[in-house]
Amino acid sequence: MKLLYFAWLRTKVGHAEEEVTPPAEVGDVAGLVDWLKTRGPGYADALANDKVIRVAVNQRFAKPGDPVAPGDEVALFPPMTGG
Amino acid sequence: MAVRVQSEPFDPGAEVAAVTSGRADVGGVATFLGLVRDSFDGVPLVAMTLEHYPGMTERMLGEIEAEARRRWPAVLDVRIVHRYGRLEPGAPIVHVTVAAAHRREAFEACEFLVDWLKTRAPFWKLEETVEGAHWVEAKATDDDAAARWDTAETA
Repeated sequence: MKLLYFAWLRTKVGHAEEEVTPPAEVGDVAGLVDWLKTRGPGYADALANDKVIRVAVNQRFAKPGDPVAPGDEVALFPPMTGG
Repeated sequence: MAVRVQSEPFDPGAEVAAVTSGRADVGGVATFLGLVRDSFDGVPLVAMTLEHYPGMTERMLGEIEAEARRRWPAVLDVRIVHRYGRLEPGAPIVHVTVAAAHRREAFEACEFLVDWLKTRAPFWKLEETVEGAHWVEAKATDDDAAARWDTAETA
C-alpha cells in the first residue's frame, strides 16, 4: 500500500510518501489511521486529531468506514486551503 | 473541459479569449482571479507556497467543472487554471472563467466553482511571514460558502 502525506501532516510524519504493509486486520480507513498512530511519535502527533484529517483512497475522498486494501494509494492531509 | 494545474503564471486575457474566440453564442463571461495578498492578520507576507496532490487535483477540478455544467446547462465553456509552488504578494494564484449565453448563469457558475474548489481541490497554502512560516488553516466561512450550494439546486 502506498501512503502519501501532504502539508503539515507531511512535515510531522517526516516524509512525503512510503510503502507499507499493514497487519491483515486493518481493513478500513479508520483502522489504517489507528495503526499508523502506533508507528512513532511523529505519526501519533500528526494523526492526534481525527477531525482535521482528510483521507483519499485512490484519489477519491474516503470516510472512516471505507475499505483499504493492498495496492491502494492512500493519501492523508489536512482540510484543503486552495483558491 | 479545460483544467490546468501549473507553476507558471497565466494570462487572464488569454483565458477569456479562449472561451469566446470563434463563436458568437456567448452572451457573457464571468471570471474570478485570485491573488496572493501582502499580509496575514496584519503581518507582512513574504511569500506563499502552494502544495497540491498531483493527479487528484486535476481529477477533482474536472469533477467540479462537470458539476457546474450539470447545474447550469446554459454554461457554454469553463476554464480553470490553478498554480502551485512559491508565489510572492501580488502574484496570480487561480483563474476561473465561465462563458454562458446569459450573465446570470455565468456569475452563478463562476461563484460555485470558486466556492467548491476552495474546499474540495487538494491544495494547501504555506504562508511565509517576517515572523516565520505556517500552514494556513481552513476557514469555517469557506465551508459555509461551499455548503450553501448544497441546497441551492438551480436549473
